[in-house]
Formats: sequence, structure tokens, C-alpha cells
Amino acid sequence: MNRNMILGGTLSAVLIAAALLSLVWTPYDYASLDIPNKLQRPDAAHLLGTDHFGRDILSMIMAGARTSLGVALMAVGIGLVFGIPLGLWAAARKGSWVDEFIMRGNDVVFAFPLLAMAILITAVFGPSALNAIIAFGIFNIPVFARTVRGGALSLWEREFILAARVSGKSSLRISFEHILPNLVNLLIVQGTIQFALGIQVEAALSFVGLGVQPPIPSLGRMLADAQTLVTLAPHLAVFPGLAIILIVLGLNLFGDGLRDWLDPRIRVART
Amino acid sequence: MSLLTIRNLNLSIHNAPILSGVSLHIEPGEIVAVTGESGSGKSMTALAVMQLLPGGSQVSGQIELGDLDVLNAGEDILCGMRGNDVGMVFQEPMTALNPVKTIGDQVAETILIHDAMDRAAAMVRARDVLHRVGLPEDRFPLTRYPHELSGGQRQRVVIAMAIALRPKLLIADEPTTALDVTTQAQILELLKGLVREFGMGMLMITHDLAVVADMADRITVMRHGEVVEAGPTQDLLANMQHPYTKMLFEASGHQVTLPEPPPPAPLLEVRNVVRTYRLPRTALFRPPEHFRAVRDVSLVINRGERVGLVGESGCGKSTLTRAILGLEEVQAGEILLDGEPVFSGQRPNLNVRRKMQVVFQDPFGSFNPRHRVDRLITEPYYLLDNPPTGPARRDAIAEALTAVGLKPDDGQKYIHEFSGGQRQRIAIARALIIRPEMILFDEAVSALDVSVRAQVLDLLADLCRAYNLTYLFISHDLSVVRTVTDRVLVMQAGEIVEQGVTEQVFTTPAHPYTRELIAAAPVLPDLKRAV
Amino acid sequence: MVRYALKRLISLVISLAVASLIIFFVIEIAPGDPASFMLGINAQPDTVAALREELGLDTSKVQRYLNWIGGMLSGDFGTSYTYRTPVAQMITDRLSVSLPLAIYGLLLSTLIGIPAGIFAATRRGRAGDMAVMGATQLGVAVPNFWFAMMLVLLFAIRLGWFGAGGFPGWAKGFWVCIHALTLPAICLALPQAAILARVMRSSLLDVLGEDFMRTARAKGLTLRQAVWRHGVRNAFIPVLTIIGLQIAFLLAGAIIIEQVFYLPGLGRLIFQSINARDLIVVESVVMLLVFSVILVNFLVDLAYAAVDPRLRSRE
Repeated sequence: MNRNMILGGTLSAVLIAAALLSLVWTPYDYASLDIPNKLQRPDAAHLLGTDHFGRDILSMIMAGARTSLGVALMAVGIGLVFGIPLGLWAAARKGSWVDEFIMRGNDVVFAFPLLAMAILITAVFGPSALNAIIAFGIFNIPVFARTVRGGALSLWEREFILAARVSGKSSLRISFEHILPNLVNLLIVQGTIQFALGIQVEAALSFVGLGVQPPIPSLGRMLADAQTLVTLAPHLAVFPGLAIILIVLGLNLFGDGLRDWLDPRIRVART
Repeated sequence: MSLLTIRNLNLSIHNAPILSGVSLHIEPGEIVAVTGESGSGKSMTALAVMQLLPGGSQVSGQIELGDLDVLNAGEDILCGMRGNDVGMVFQEPMTALNPVKTIGDQVAETILIHDAMDRAAAMVRARDVLHRVGLPEDRFPLTRYPHELSGGQRQRVVIAMAIALRPKLLIADEPTTALDVTTQAQILELLKGLVREFGMGMLMITHDLAVVADMADRITVMRHGEVVEAGPTQDLLANMQHPYTKMLFEASGHQVTLPEPPPPAPLLEVRNVVRTYRLPRTALFRPPEHFRAVRDVSLVINRGERVGLVGESGCGKSTLTRAILGLEEVQAGEILLDGEPVFSGQRPNLNVRRKMQVVFQDPFGSFNPRHRVDRLITEPYYLLDNPPTGPARRDAIAEALTAVGLKPDDGQKYIHEFSGGQRQRIAIARALIIRPEMILFDEAVSALDVSVRAQVLDLLADLCRAYNLTYLFISHDLSVVRTVTDRVLVMQAGEIVEQGVTEQVFTTPAHPYTRELIAAAPVLPDLKRAV
Repeated sequence: MVRYALKRLISLVISLAVASLIIFFVIEIAPGDPASFMLGINAQPDTVAALREELGLDTSKVQRYLNWIGGMLSGDFGTSYTYRTPVAQMITDRLSVSLPLAIYGLLLSTLIGIPAGIFAATRRGRAGDMAVMGATQLGVAVPNFWFAMMLVLLFAIRLGWFGAGGFPGWAKGFWVCIHALTLPAICLALPQAAILARVMRSSLLDVLGEDFMRTARAKGLTLRQAVWRHGVRNAFIPVLTIIGLQIAFLLAGAIIIEQVFYLPGLGRLIFQSINARDLIVVESVVMLLVFSVILVNFLVDLAYAAVDPRLRSRE
């Protein structure tokens, strides 16, 4: 354990717990309107104030963070589910047409900026949380495929893999018995980083209207709503932003600490 | 006055003691060798003289270079000393040079950094120095980049950088360990010549006692950060005092006795094998060219026979090994084990595979760090139709571990709990456990210290007696091959240029390349005669 | 060298071809007929048919793809469904804001990130390193559009040093426009500078551990001389990759930041087009973004060869 890991771990644990708590309890109903109490500054009744409909900001942030975490988690899941087998397969058939095909495919997907992908999907299917998940999920596939392939290639050079081959094991079996377990550290660290990125991606896409749609709570949409009122009520913008920063900061610190703790030598692509 | 005097040098790094009470001195024109096994602190002694120790180092004692008090000198004085008064040559020529700068610039930099002359004159000097170390400008222009040179050539560039300003002292830290024997001989000759010509003192760090005996005027033997014995080479060799020194020299020339092999009956047959690799295309629409790593090789290994395969790096011995293991397809010819082909496409032929096992060089990379030893050594059970289970499996594990000199309990441990020598024993246990017909030892003792290597060679001889092993022993180390094999094959540029009974080949080599190899390999002086 | 460049060029063309196919077919599966959409639900069938013909929608998919690609190659990006003006013209107008913004951002992030990374690496573990690394953690975590709102609040509204948004147009003079783009560019550059600083630091630390750095010290170079003469250029090789990747992030980031500063850039165009289902504009803008990413990667590959002699001779 090191300082980054403890600090980041605690920070993200507290915030994730608050987000999950919103499933069963929030200080106020995040969706209920209370026009007479609109645009309240933070006080004892509303710790972080209220918005232009009188909704409690703290409750909205708790529920919005839950959405962000969900979107990020599913998108990372998509990346892992497709990226790991592709990366393992490419590494096992290094230099063959399979490898070439997978890597060229990765390059093409990588050439689509995340926003371009989201724009394309939204333009065709309309904006929704699901489309944000799909866009970031597709973006994650080459990230994980490259991470896995890179790690796997150096493992394939190791003599214990040769020993397994001499023992007659097929490359499929070696990939799952010897390669993948030795990549778990790498994947946890890369996963944490992509997860943190996912929180930001959700916020950005929802901010410009390409992500989560009403009535689902979202930190990005809170900021979009706050934009017109920012001179009048800065707290509408400040608190959701701080929430995003703290979650991302916590996860990134945790990821960095975890990397140093698990293995100082592993290298993770940070984009 | 001595050129270099080290008195009572102590060093600790992050409070871990590395050196204690090390003393030695070097006179002008003298070669002093510091030798010892890994962890003896010999390289740290060299770095201490340069004051290029890693962070967290604490040094006490005295290092005097002429009248310079090295340990108390400021950084600017030290920078003036490095490269000007003391030059240094490192072990790994492949990484010692900056890949993005030309060799001319890198040699000239030594001169320019000390403001010894202007740029034009420095380039002229760089050219002369490179010429002196054997890289004449007409064949090796100053505009070459390091990656365009071989390992031996790069080491020459490093030497040129070290001697460009004719320093008083040259420090060489394992300068030939990463090189082939023939290249090693040339580099050692070059270093000796430079010392003579410039009247430099030289501090030579090496683990190779044969090199030490050949090069040094005086020897310092170190162990665990302390000097155990020192003296003029001839005296020390003739009259060793310390038991560690005696053990070190005995282990370096360690001989084992193999049992007589049974009458010949072919087990492995390699017939006219060709293995080629596709090179990257040189032009877009030209068909890619091929590199023939193994060219028309034929050989037979008989049951119960111990065969050596020697050759320098790039001669194709690794490629041939992989082909024999059935890991790669060959382009022509066939490899048969007990009459069956070793390569059978994507699906390995378990019938053949179970007759053959392998022990690799790297005692650290040969095992999956996540598995326990019992699981590691039973991996070849995958080859059996009915692998033993329960008590039978436990017994087999215990027997294999005992056979290689470990305890049955060691099966419960993880691989990081073992030393390099123990790991090679575990690798041998893994190879033995399914009682293969044949074992390949791929540079299996090359990464070990001499004392550990001697023990593993003894183990090999014991196993030959107990299990009638058949093996192919691939190595670049001629002295080891000489003692553990009955027959030897010499490989050069993808072809087997000579083969025959080991002693015969070593005493009366027929092929010029074999003669060259044997002449280049440094040999220990015959200690018994010296005594 | 020429061969290397040629090989990269071929791979660029293949990537572009595959990417354009993907974009074309994703747009193709969009539900609804653009012609009916443009004319509204009350349109006469023959009017719709006439428009379909005018837009080239009555030909086969393959033909339409080839028309699209051929058009783009000759600078004709088609006609906007909603505005009935050439898409190429609309994009050029908007790019005159977005592209300078992205380049300004890249300049700032490089000028801040690289020196910060070198500074931190050479002070590894000391206070200066800790401060830079702490700042980069924060820089990576802050969403740039939120940071933009905060900057507007502080510099535009409280202090009045900058306008709160809008763009005067290049006709009003270069420096006026640069002034208007400064706050957006800072927001764009901030997270990228943080990433660059981290990559530069770790890359330089890797290089500092290399054998040739010790060789350089053994020649008599001071640590500082060794870092500058031998470290930085080698450490720059992985950093180039990241700078290449940043173009994509900066262009995309520009699209989002423009929303905060009410800049008439590509962002405005694209969100209007999505809402109006003007798919031909969407298609062209996405293709343009992908093209710029692939082009920059090509340039980065060429830059590699300039920095690293091993690449020059290998191919």
C-alpha cells in the first residue's frame, strides 16, 4: 500500500458509496420540483443549494454520479469483453494475417475521435445514455486490445511459455492458463484509468446533449443547465464540477498507486 | 606514487552494506583485475572510482587518483576527471551508446566536453581514435549510427570514447561478457595493446577467471563486498591461500565424469533441415527475401548419448533447437524422434512431445511466477494420457525434487523463493518428471555463477548415471561442453561445419572455424602444474 | 526514408478508405428518407422523387458511396439538406474558428507540458516533482468545459479581462481574434498539458536509467548536460505519439468548448445538423475529423523517422 492508493482509494470509495446510497436514500427527491425554493444558496436545509426548479443539488449530484458510474462501468465492460480476446488472439498469432487484421482494425477504430463516434451514433439513433455507453465502449475496445496484446507479446517471449508449448499445450490454452492471469495487474490498472475517463466522457457527452437524456439524472446535464445561470447562481456549476473532479481524481490516484504497488515496471497507455 | 589507491572503502546503498574495507592500488601501465561472483561488489568498486554510484549510496574510506581525493572532490572536479583522467568501458555494448547520435559525434563529445580542442580538431581526433580501435573511416564512416554496427564494433566505439583523451586510468567493467569468444579475444587484445601503447593503468572487472589469468598483472578476488585475496597473478595462481579462491578456480575448470554411453542406436534424426525467415520487404513490389538461419543440417543423436552443439550468436543453434522441439515448421528436410516427425502442424503431436523436454537458460523467466513448484514441474503431465493423480502424483513430485537435490516440501513454495541455481534444478526436475527419451539443455548453465554451475554439472553427471539420460547440450561455453558431452557439433552460419567425439574435436580440430573458436577461448592455466 | 514514407502513405490511404466505408454505412442505416424529411410530411410524392434525384439518392448504394468519395476528393462535399448550401463552404467557414483554436491549444499544451515534464523528471522525488505531479493529477481530473465555465466566471464576468464568448471574425484583425480565443485555448490545453507533462516525465525517467546515460556521465558530462544532450531527444520519441493523439482530443475538445464560449465553430454546426437530421453535414464533419486524425498520425510517423535513425534505415 502507498499514499496514492490509500488517498485515492478512500476518496473514490466515499464518493461511490454516496452514489450508491442514492439508490435507497437521498436528502430530497432529486426529481421533485420546489419552485418557491429555487436557486437557494447552500444552507443548512440544502447543503449545496437548489437549482432553478428548486431541486436539491446534493441529491441530484448523488443520483447523477450513480448514472456516470454506471455508464463508465458498462463502457469499460464492453472494452474488456471484446478487447481481451482480440488482444490475446492477435498476440498468439503474432505476425499472421489474424494479428494484422486485428491491429489494422484497431487503428481504424482508433482514428475515430471519441466525440466523432458519439456524433455518428447519435446522429443516426438519437441521443441516449445507451449510445454514450456504446460510443465509449467501442472506443475502449482497441485500448484494451492493445494493452493485452502488448503485455501478451512480451509474455510469449518468456521461457515459461516455451516450456508450456513443449508440454504440448495449445496457444488457446496457454493464452488463458498462463498469459491472461499474468496480465490481470495490467488490466486492473488500465481499467481504473478508463473508468475514470468514462466519468469525464459521460459528463462531456451529456453536457453537449449527446449522452444521458432527461429525466435520468446526470452530472453533465446539470452543468449544461447551469451554463445559462452561471452568473446568477455559480453554485449550480461549481458543485457538480467538483464532484466529477473528486471522483476522477480519486480513481486516478488509486490507479497510479495500484500500479506502483502491484508492479512498478508495468506500463499503461494513458490517453 | 600509485596511479589509483583505494583504502578501506566502505559502501552502503539505502543502508544495505555493499562494500566493506576494500583496498587496492594500480600503478601506471599495470592491469589489475577484480574478480568474484555476482554480488561480490566488484562493479560497485569500479563505479565508486568514477563516483557514478546509484542514488542512496553512502561511501567512506579513501580513493585517490594521483593527488586527487576522489571522495571529497566537488562535482565539477569529478566531471573534469571523468573521461579526461579516467575512461570507462561498460558491459553491454548494445545499450551503452546513444541510438540517435552518430558514432563520430559520440566520440568527439568526450573531447569537446573537456574543451580539449575545437570541433574540427575533435572530429579529426575522433577519426584517428576510431581508426586505432579498429574502425577505419573508409569502412566505418563517422556518420554511422550505433544500430548499424555489431556488438563487437559497438564495444570498439565505447573504447574509443573512453581513450579519446588518453586517460591515465581505464576502467573496464565486464567488457567482453556480452560478446562471442572470437570477438572477446579481439577486444581483449585491443585493450592490452592500448594499455601498453599509452602506458595507462587498467582496472578490469570480470567474473571470468580465464580472462583474468590471461590479462592481469595483479588479481584481487572479492566475495560479499570484501577482498578475500590479492596479489600478483603468477604468485596468486601458484599459491592460493584463501579457500574461496581455491574453490572459485576449481569450479571454473570443473570436470565431471560421465558414464560410458551405450552402443549407438539412433533416437533423434535431423535430415537436411532448412529453416528460413522472411525478411522485411526491401522494396514495395519486390518479393521479400529470405534469411536462411539453418542450411541443410543433418545430425543423429543416439540413445544414451550426450551431444554438444556449440557456435557463436547468430549461428542458427537457437533456431535449430526450436525446430527440434517441434515449435516451428522447417522449410525443407525432416526431423524425426524415434521415427516420428516432431512437427505436426497447429496441433502438437503429443506422442512425440512426451519423449522430449527442455531446460532453458534463464532461471528467472522459465517459470510462471503465479504457480507453485509442484504445479510447475508437473506441467509436462499434460502430455500424458493418464497422468498420475493423488498419492502417485505426490510421490512423483517428491522423487523428481529429490533427484535434483531439493526437498519434497519445496513443491509447496513459489518460484521467487529459490535462487538461480535452485531454479535450474527445478527446471531439470520439470524436464525429468515424465522420463523423456531426450532432454535439450539450451544454454542451461550460462546464466549461473561458476560455483553454482559446477554443482549443476555434477548433478547432470549424477542424473546420467541414474537415468541414462540422452541430451543435446547447446552452449557457447566450450569448456563446459567439453566436460559434459560425448560428441560435439560445431555450427557456423547455419551449417554444421564439424562433428566428432568431443575430446578429439577439442584436441585435433579439423575445420578452420573450430580451430579459431578453440584458440580464441581463454583457458585457465594448469593449476596443478603451477602448484 | 522515401520507402518508409511511401509505406506509411499506403497505410494512410487504406485507413481512410475503411473509415469512410464505416461512416457511409452507419449513415446509410439511419432510419428515414432525407428527401421526405426535408420537404415535410405533406410533400407530394413527385416532388420528393425530384429532390431524391437532385440529391442523388435514387442511385445504388455503391454508386452513392463512390459519388461521395469522388466529390470529397474534388472538394465537393455535397449540399446541406437543410440549408441547401454547399457543405464544403459551411465547413470551411466553421473551420476558420475551430482549427486555429485547436492549434492554439496544441501550442499552449506543448509549451507548458514538455518543460513541466522535464522539470519534474530532473527533480524526481523532490518538492518540484511532487508539485508538478500533483498539478497534473488535478489537470487530468478537471473537465475542460467546466474549467471553461469557471474561467468565464472569473476572467470575463468578475475581472472583465476577456469577453464572455463570441468571436469577432478574422476580418476584425488577428490579435482581436487571438484575444477572443485565448480563454478557450487555455481550457483546451490544460488537460492535454497535464498528460504531456506526465508522459514526458516518465519517458525521460526511463531514458535516464539507460546505459548510454551512464556512458555520457563517464565521459565527463554533468547530469544537466547528459539530460539535454542525450536524454531529451530519446525521451521525445514516445511523447510524439501522445502529441499525435492530442490532435484528436483537441479537435473534439474544441467542439465542446465552443459551446461554452458561443464560438461559431464546427461544434455549433454539428449540433445544429444533428438536431435537423442534416446527415450529409454530419457525415462530412465526422469524415473530416477522422481524416485529420489519420493525417496527423501519418505526420507523426514521419517525425519518428526524423528523430530516430533506426527507423530511417530499417524500411
